[in-house]
Amino acid sequence: MDMANQTRIKEVAEKFGTDKVVVILGGAEAESAGLTAETVINGDPTYAGPLTNIALKLPVYHIFEIKDLIDPEVYDAQISMMEMVLDVDAIKDEMESIRQQFS
Amino acid sequence: MDKSFFADKKICILGDRDGIPGPAIAECMNTVGGEILFSSTECFV
Repeated sequence: MDMANQTRIKEVAEKFGTDKVVVILGGAEAESAGLTAETVINGDPTYAGPLTNIALKLPVYHIFEIKDLIDPEVYDAQISMMEMVLDVDAIKDEMESIRQQFS
Repeated sequence: MDKSFFADKKICILGDRDGIPGPAIAECMNTVGGEILFSSTECFV
């Protein structure tokens, strides 16, 4: 997760409170999505960015995980093509694993 | 989880150039609820 986004997430959480902020990811791979999720839950695992040692415990979901809540026509237009080429199950499994491990 | 979870939430979108870009996620979240604070598209390459 890049430094600028870590800064933005940190500022937003401080301004609105961690109970009001939700992070939605669009990562292409389970590993990258998992690392980003870990960062906003438990802090930057690379110890390089502004969220180092800061466990915001933010709720975080991949867009694939909330498909059922999205207008089907919009989902179909915006997401469905990438859904066909990415490993959706691996991404969902990794997100669930990270949430259970760190939340 | 249902839509009511998002009703009073501030949404931060971290898209991926090689996955789902930020604007596509934002379009979807506009149909779910909550207030989108920012939408970003990262590049992991």
